[in-house]
Amino acid sequence: MSQDANEFVSLPVVDAGGDGAMVDVEGPRAITSMRYRRAPLTEPAEQFRLLDAAEITGGPSGTGSFEADLEASGWPTLQPETLEIFQINVGKLCNMTCRHCHVDSGPDRVEENMDRETVDACLRAIDRSGAHTVDLTGGAPELNPHFEYLVDACVERGLHVMDRCNLTILTTGPYQHLPEWFAERGVEIVCSLPHYRKLNTDAQRGKGTYEKSLRALRRLNDAGYGQGDPRLKLTLVTNPVGAYLAGSQASLEGEWKEALARNHDVYFDQLLALNNMPMSRYLEWLEEKGLVEEYLAKLVNAFNPATIAGLMCRNTLSVAWDGTLYDCDFNQQLDMTMDLPDGHRPHVSDFDLEAWQQHVIRTERHCYGCTAGAGSGCGGAIA
Amino acid sequence: MSTYFKPDQLDRFGEIEEGNKELADAFFSYYGKVFEDGALTAREKSLIALAVAHAVQCPYCIDAYTTDSLEKGADLEQMTEAVHVATAIRGGASLVHGIQMLDQVKETMM
Repeated sequence: MSQDANEFVSLPVVDAGGDGAMVDVEGPRAITSMRYRRAPLTEPAEQFRLLDAAEITGGPSGTGSFEADLEASGWPTLQPETLEIFQINVGKLCNMTCRHCHVDSGPDRVEENMDRETVDACLRAIDRSGAHTVDLTGGAPELNPHFEYLVDACVERGLHVMDRCNLTILTTGPYQHLPEWFAERGVEIVCSLPHYRKLNTDAQRGKGTYEKSLRALRRLNDAGYGQGDPRLKLTLVTNPVGAYLAGSQASLEGEWKEALARNHDVYFDQLLALNNMPMSRYLEWLEEKGLVEEYLAKLVNAFNPATIAGLMCRNTLSVAWDGTLYDCDFNQQLDMTMDLPDGHRPHVSDFDLEAWQQHVIRTERHCYGCTAGAGSGCGGAIA
Repeated sequence: MSTYFKPDQLDRFGEIEEGNKELADAFFSYYGKVFEDGALTAREKSLIALAVAHAVQCPYCIDAYTTDSLEKGADLEQMTEAVHVATAIRGGASLVHGIQMLDQVKETMM
């Protein structure tokens, strides 16, 4: 295979919150999102039905009830600790359609994109939140027309900004200036690279993704990222490309660093190893393979009580494109809105830190994905 | 016994302590240490285990170390190369004995 073979195709996507004009970006040959295929599994109720049908005998309580396993581990109620991270999912639009995507993102998700009014409501809530970090995710967050405005506003406030980047967006369309633009602002880049070799990377994220990802990583290296400078931190994220759990994060980081340096002269600062959550497109894949029960049993059998204190729902707030509040990005995609006390509306415009601190975090069976093994979350391994 | 090699016996490996707990504990503690990151990485050790599993043709071990190799960060291409290493050594082990045959033929024949 020649190094410059371009397996990506042109994908015009609507600049949803801007003037409605089409933006030309490239991406892997897209599959259709579950939503646009009208797959029954798009409905969270259908996903919970499938998960709840699995017969589970493992875990501390032996019931397969996440709440019961929390209680058996000394956590009768799961509540927040200190709000540190303000995570905003700015929209579902993406130039990629990865097989395991828990957001069911893709080029066809043009309708759900955060507007300027909601971005400003987020900024006002950030000022009341005490969070030191703003974590931007999507979709490809860069495709939101207010993305640069939001980043600048957070940087001006002296906050640490993380961009959850799919890498390939940095090689296409009007987004190719971003590596230098990010570097000028000290934005941390947290990007997906499931494997340090091509086979698994392209299997999960689409043909041609590996080559484009390496190109983007080189551009980030050239802009100063991944060289140990704490201001220009480059973080890679790996998810298993199949029905197994993430291995030891420290061990995998060593493998990734050595292989990328030796084979490609590419450098990064840290690797996060995340489990796949049994939901959305990954759950659809498990169902196709007949592996739902086996995978869920794997997660429950690996239930680790030592991960509970560090779960991301205890220090992170999740805001959706329309301003609705959730305990995490997974609950967000499952329509599990935040359960605030005293009739507080779970919306970013009404955000109240005290109400957040007092509320009880909502859990379901998918939560076993975060407590398995060394634990998992947007910040990587926990225990 | 109705059949050999029941997959669930792999999950029950720990029950071997029933007959002698001290030896089982010593074995599993040693086993765990062997596979830790050391001069070789955990991935490299898992690939060696996968190759040996094929050489000794142990279905339990092939099952365990296929998943383990993936979890440790190996991919299908690396795992296939590991199995070919086992195959080459097994094939080579037969073929190199051919020199014994050759020498004996030369001693025996005119």
